[in-house]
Amino acid sequence: MGIDRRDFLRLLAGIGCYTVIGKSTDVWADIRTVGHGDILGVLVDTTFCVGCRTCEKACNQINKDLPRKLPESFEDSSVFEKRRRMTTDSYTVVNSYPGKKNRQQFVKFQCMHCNDPACVSACIVGALTKEDNGAVRYDPWKCIGCRYCMVACPFQVPAYEYSNAFTPQVRKCTFCFELRTSKGEMPACVEACPMEVMTFGKRKELIKIARKRIKRYPDRYVPHIYGEHELGGTSWLYLSSLPFEDIDFPKFGYTSTPGYTEPIQHAIFKNFIPPLTLFAVLGCFMWFLRPQDKKSEPLLREEGQEK
Amino acid sequence: MSFHEEPAPVDKGFFTTGVKILVVLMVTGVSFGLYRMGFSLASTTNLNDQYPWGMWIGVDVASGVALAAGGFTTAFLAHIFHREHYHAILRPALLTAMLGYTFVGIGLMFDLGRWYNIWHPSLPMMWQGNSVLFEVGMCVMVYLTVLYIEFIPVATERFIGRVNLPGILSVLNNPIDEFLRLLDNTFGKIMFLFVIAGVVLSCLHQSSLGTLMVIAPYKVHPLYWSLLSPLFFLSSAIAVGYPMVIFESMIASKSFGRKPEMHILTPLAKFTPILLGIYIVLKIGDMIYRGTYVYLFEGSIQSWMFWIEFGLLTVVPFLMLLSSQVRSSAGWLFAAATMYIFGVLLNRCAVFFIAYKPPFAEKVYFPAIGELALTIGLIATLILIYRVFVTIFPILPAPAKEAVQE
Ligand code: SF4
Ligand code: SF4
Ligand code: SF4
Repeated sequence: MGIDRRDFLRLLAGIGCYTVIGKSTDVWADIRTVGHGDILGVLVDTTFCVGCRTCEKACNQINKDLPRKLPESFEDSSVFEKRRRMTTDSYTVVNSYPGKKNRQQFVKFQCMHCNDPACVSACIVGALTKEDNGAVRYDPWKCIGCRYCMVACPFQVPAYEYSNAFTPQVRKCTFCFELRTSKGEMPACVEACPMEVMTFGKRKELIKIARKRIKRYPDRYVPHIYGEHELGGTSWLYLSSLPFEDIDFPKFGYTSTPGYTEPIQHAIFKNFIPPLTLFAVLGCFMWFLRPQDKKSEPLLREEGQEK
Repeated sequence: MSFHEEPAPVDKGFFTTGVKILVVLMVTGVSFGLYRMGFSLASTTNLNDQYPWGMWIGVDVASGVALAAGGFTTAFLAHIFHREHYHAILRPALLTAMLGYTFVGIGLMFDLGRWYNIWHPSLPMMWQGNSVLFEVGMCVMVYLTVLYIEFIPVATERFIGRVNLPGILSVLNNPIDEFLRLLDNTFGKIMFLFVIAGVVLSCLHQSSLGTLMVIAPYKVHPLYWSLLSPLFFLSSAIAVGYPMVIFESMIASKSFGRKPEMHILTPLAKFTPILLGIYIVLKIGDMIYRGTYVYLFEGSIQSWMFWIEFGLLTVVPFLMLLSSQVRSSAGWLFAAATMYIFGVLLNRCAVFFIAYKPPFAEKVYFPAIGELALTIGLIATLILIYRVFVTIFPILPAPAKEAVQE
């Protein structure tokens, strides 16, 4: 009993469908971007920071695509009068907060390089990616400029070149990926800091170091490592003598924000089963509820056709 | 079949005063749009690093999609549930959906920083299945194609046997006619597949649109952030479908000097209290469950917004539509439908920018003149094109007096 032409065509169509659907399900499958294993990080011990802004200068110098600023401009301490945020031409900023004993408390800030980054999960085209070493990188050539990453980032980090009409980019700290951290070298800002505020290393080790410091100097620190658990953890970790809310670190839960959206997303799309089921159910309704008296008439052709 | 009127092209003068006003609005809006294209987002909008999304996303995109829900809800009723009675509203609803979604795309182009990359999500190498926006984008793209396919019968009906090109082009008359017949035949037979696909795709992206802001739990005001947000978006989109059809149908009747088609609209309005009821129950249930009612009286913009958008423009029209007197009076029905349409519009604006409270913001976002002008301009253009379409194609039912003669 040979296979006849009709069966053959049906088979072909079946294989076709299978490959299309099978292929596309890879993309919908449950791939979480959670950083794992030996990701790198930086521990920022804000209690040592003197507000010299050398890190800002180093960052400006190493990131060649940033507009160059005069080295002297970083000596200006009047910037501390206002709280600044990262902008399209500065990936990191140091701010001043009222500290203990009438002293100023300085805090350096930049992208946190989250373990499960909201920006990466949000990006419609995968222009933002989480590297194995923990860095979150941006590829302007993929970007469509929807700015959903900015909506998603809980730390309000990415900045956008709104005044660029034709090739605007999303701007944020690169973790010095290309020139430094991809080779295991420390980021420029970490290296430049004269006070050794920052320690570069494996995230796991950094947490141990931070714990030790808190234990040894309980008066110096609030007993909390910011970034250890916040939003599923971040590569950049912070120690502080002031409560973190007082130095503009928002209070966050331990669930990463993609932890809310991705389960919904994957529940709706898991292997396309829910949409296909809906399709089938609606198809059944359509068939069984069809008007019995004009069975021969093609569906949907009633209006204006049978004159 | 004889009791519903055949759709026919409208024959009525085109340049009325209303049309002239629309043209002015269109030209203004488009000028601002072009200005944005040439001189960047910063020159035209009040967007900044804290408020990356504003009016264009809230109105042009999110509300545009929600208010185009008449397309799939009527397809569901008339095609899948075979309610013959409602066939007369299918084509206007289809046209609105088709134009609505087209304008969602156009509106989005003005908002995207790198609009020329808008096709990137369709490249398999850039697929990003974790991204809610990717899913919304893909569904909307496919759905738009489906809508165009669903429109084919309307176009072929208009031109089959009537292709009449002037002069030398007339040699093409026959081939084009053949081609149209072929299109009509092929798609006529499998159209049901597209109709069902349209409903499925709509359910998917209407709900995913609600998932978008779920990724920002620390920024969206608790009255507007919920894990059930996708369900709210879906149920409110389904609920606004028929009010939108009613609204348009009445405006069309008015502007073409016809009588409102109450014999269709009144029974159609009966579904709305049920659908709207589902949304209201979900919303209130979620509020009680999560205890967010504590924010109702905090006096913030968001709490006021909630009272206006949900209390005044959702619950009130719901109560109105429960009454059969309201449903059978043209004026009241129009009022209730309009109220809920604005309710949905405000709700989408609330979720996407009014209730969006980013940390470190220096001042609250308010749309710039350019943003308002472009949004209004796009709506005006949409209405104009709608008018052109109903003049060319058989979309609106022929005026009632002819139907009587039939
Ligand atoms: S801090 Fe923001 S920009 Fe940086 S990785 Fe996390 S989500 Fe992305
Ligand atoms: S703006 Fe660019 S990087 Fe950000 S989500 Fe959109 S496409 Fe991705
Ligand atoms: S890691 Fe590199 S890019 Fe990031 S703030 Fe430091 S120097 Fe700048």
